Amino acid sequence: MNIQELNARLAATDEEDESLEDSSQFLTFLMADEEYGVDILKVQEIRGWEQSTAIPNAPDYVKGVLNLRGTIVPVIDLRIRFGLPAIEYSPITVVIVLKLEQAGKDKIMGIVVDAVSDVHTILDSQINQSPELGDNKNSRFINGLGQAQDKMLILLNLNDVLNI
Amino acid sequence: MSVDLSQFYEVFFEESFEGLDVMEAELLNLQPGTPDDETINTIFRSAHSIKGGSGTFGFSSVSDFTHVVETLLDQIRDGQRQLTQHQIDLFLQSVDCLRGMLDSLRASEEPDTQVSSELKKQFEAILSGEDAPTEPKGAELAEPSTPKANKKQQGWNISFKPGLDILKTGNEPIYMLLELADLGEVDVQLDVEQVPVLGDIDPEICYFQWQIALKSDCEQAAVDEVFDWVIDESDIVIDAIKAEVEDSEQEYALAEDDNASTQLETAESITDPPTEVVKPTETNKAPTKAEPKNTEASSIRVSIDKVDSLINMVGELVITQAMLTQLTDGELDSSKLARIQEGMAQLAHNTRDLQESVMRIRMLPISFVFSRFPRLVRDTSKKLGKNIELKLLGEQTELDKTVMEKISDPMVHLVRNSMDHGLESPEERVASGKSEVGLLTLNAYHQGGNVVVEIADDGKGLNTEKIRSKAIENGLIKDTDELSEQDINELIFEPGFSTADQVSDLSGRGVGMDVVRRNILALNGSIELESRPGQGSTFTIRLPLTLAILDGQLVRVGEHIYIIPLVNIIESLQVDVSKVNNVGGEYEVLRLRDEYVPIVRLYESFNHTADSNKLEDGLLVVVENDNGKVGILVDELLAQQQVVIKSLEANYMRVEGISGATILGDGTVSLIIDVAGLVKLAGINKALRSISHLNKEEVA
Repeated sequence: MNIQELNARLAATDEEDESLEDSSQFLTFLMADEEYGVDILKVQEIRGWEQSTAIPNAPDYVKGVLNLRGTIVPVIDLRIRFGLPAIEYSPITVVIVLKLEQAGKDKIMGIVVDAVSDVHTILDSQINQSPELGDNKNSRFINGLGQAQDKMLILLNLNDVLNI
Repeated sequence: MSVDLSQFYEVFFEESFEGLDVMEAELLNLQPGTPDDETINTIFRSAHSIKGGSGTFGFSSVSDFTHVVETLLDQIRDGQRQLTQHQIDLFLQSVDCLRGMLDSLRASEEPDTQVSSELKKQFEAILSGEDAPTEPKGAELAEPSTPKANKKQQGWNISFKPGLDILKTGNEPIYMLLELADLGEVDVQLDVEQVPVLGDIDPEICYFQWQIALKSDCEQAAVDEVFDWVIDESDIVIDAIKAEVEDSEQEYALAEDDNASTQLETAESITDPPTEVVKPTETNKAPTKAEPKNTEASSIRVSIDKVDSLINMVGELVITQAMLTQLTDGELDSSKLARIQEGMAQLAHNTRDLQESVMRIRMLPISFVFSRFPRLVRDTSKKLGKNIELKLLGEQTELDKTVMEKISDPMVHLVRNSMDHGLESPEERVASGKSEVGLLTLNAYHQGGNVVVEIADDGKGLNTEKIRSKAIENGLIKDTDELSEQDINELIFEPGFSTADQVSDLSGRGVGMDVVRRNILALNGSIELESRPGQGSTFTIRLPLTLAILDGQLVRVGEHIYIIPLVNIIESLQVDVSKVNNVGGEYEVLRLRDEYVPIVRLYESFNHTADSNKLEDGLLVVVENDNGKVGILVDELLAQQQVVIKSLEANYMRVEGISGATILGDGTVSLIIDVAGLVKLAGINKALRSISHLNKEEVA
């Protein structure tokens, strides 16, 4: 699925009525062979990776800032943020622009992922609590595990992703 | 009269507040005794427009109150009364009261009339004093007579004698007659007695007079409202038809008119009192009808010449655009190239001019902030029992509206502080050989790209010893700390600090100076303090002219492009390595003429890879900040251009050494260097390094 198609589907989700009760839609993306999902209502748009402007003395997972039609938006490499091995960016590397909460304020930011995958509708009953992972530093970003067809999705809540 | 007036409320409020400001400023200029005619006239005019406007919009509580104020002003203007200090104070209180009433009306609330009726009583007391000419009779009679008159009246006999100049003031008697006709059945008799022979007629003068019999059960207020705008320049007598009790005061008015044709203004003060009694019941509906409007649309008044220059500029732009279109129409050949280039240059010029003009629209003279201080100083000095003279300088200095709004509260605080803590009581002043009157100076001027506002007093200055002991007491410093006098004085900007022996009404609660500083820092400004014991203290606020745009110098470090604000840059030079010294292995210093300039290596502070780490390969941009000069080492200087400042914090967070971001011509983002922050950052990095250096030694 290419970016145009996905953006079109994103726009369509606003109009779809909630025919399925107690379900949510998730945009899924790939990172290190795992499929992750974010709440589609948080997604603003998806764009291809482009060179961003580095911020001095920023944490290594902050790739820099880019110009989103006149707004300055930070870009975060989610691989580095999650402690996964970094990879070279390729033509299919994408930036998902999300509206997230940081310290109680709405902020727009982009996350770099390997590739976007699909949009899934998941019943709330199909979402399982993620197993207690003790003091795993990434566990606070994981909302739960979802089941779509026979794939397992890791559902993320990226609020306060900038806070260490 | 079915026009929805509420759409004009906002304009009315704005004009009224402006009028009140004018009144206040002029009142402060008044001296008891026989005042300057022009001053009184200005005050009168402001009060009059507020009265007229509020009457039109049905804000009867305001118009009734203003009417009394106006009556007294009128008598003073006519020289019937001596102006006393008590009256000036009363007028100033009325300005406050009106402001409060208008504020609540603006918020669609019913104004509190307690203060106004209190003041009104005082005014009426003055008016009914010995030499009050006609008012008392009218006022006393109005109360008992009108309610009765209203009971059985079936209409109104109206004698309408417009002033000769009524047409010149834009009023049309015909419309008033038509409006009366809306109220009920009218029988109009035209009186043409005053019309001169044809040869003497001035077409702009109204010679007609009318006798109108209105059959209607409307209240007198409704009739009065028709004549609201002309009541001052016309003779209007309204009598109830078949009223049981004669309106004796109006009879009186008629008599008065006959023998005093020059006293048109007084006639108004006589006919009006009954209006006041009736009006509230009638017109109070209007304000409650207005939909609650909480969105306070802020607007800005722009002088017409700024708008004109803007229109000229746009005209030029259109011409240039037309020229370029013509040139690029059809075949493009090299012969046109030179002219296209010329056109582009012109376009760039136009755009820049246009941008400057648009920015100028947001610029207002600082007198908007200054104007509130005469009153503040007057009231405060009275309260404190001090003699204080306020001197305002540079009131025409222009400043961005946003900056202006945010600076006014901190300034009020500083001024109060100077009056409360800085200036001494008259006795103390005389004892220390100074003039009894303390001098407080507010001065504004432009310096470089900044606006500088100074608040200076000639008081006793800061008590360094007291501040020190207080700071020790509050745990801000230790008593072993060695601090310079300046360092100690600046402790007053720390949170939770106050030296006032007694917490006074004005200041001394220990919140304030730190808030002042925080507000100013938030505007990218700075505040400095200078104090000379026994001679006074000066607070200097430095503010950027505008928050939106700056002239920037693009510099390159490795692959990164940054912007240094041009206002900070003094010069750029190549480093002569022989003049660089390393001070204690901590930082490098360049000897520049007869100064020593510390060097900040940008790649080091920002953790970037530069083309070369050698001083002689790069360029040193010498910048000035609050604490002196600093050289910033970069690889290359690029273009200079104006940049629009965008917030980095909006979606990210504050970055040390960076004040904001902007978008360059090619769409990429570039960050703007905050010189003061960079210097601090470089210092921190140095300190961190020396610590890690020490740590290594310990390990070894």
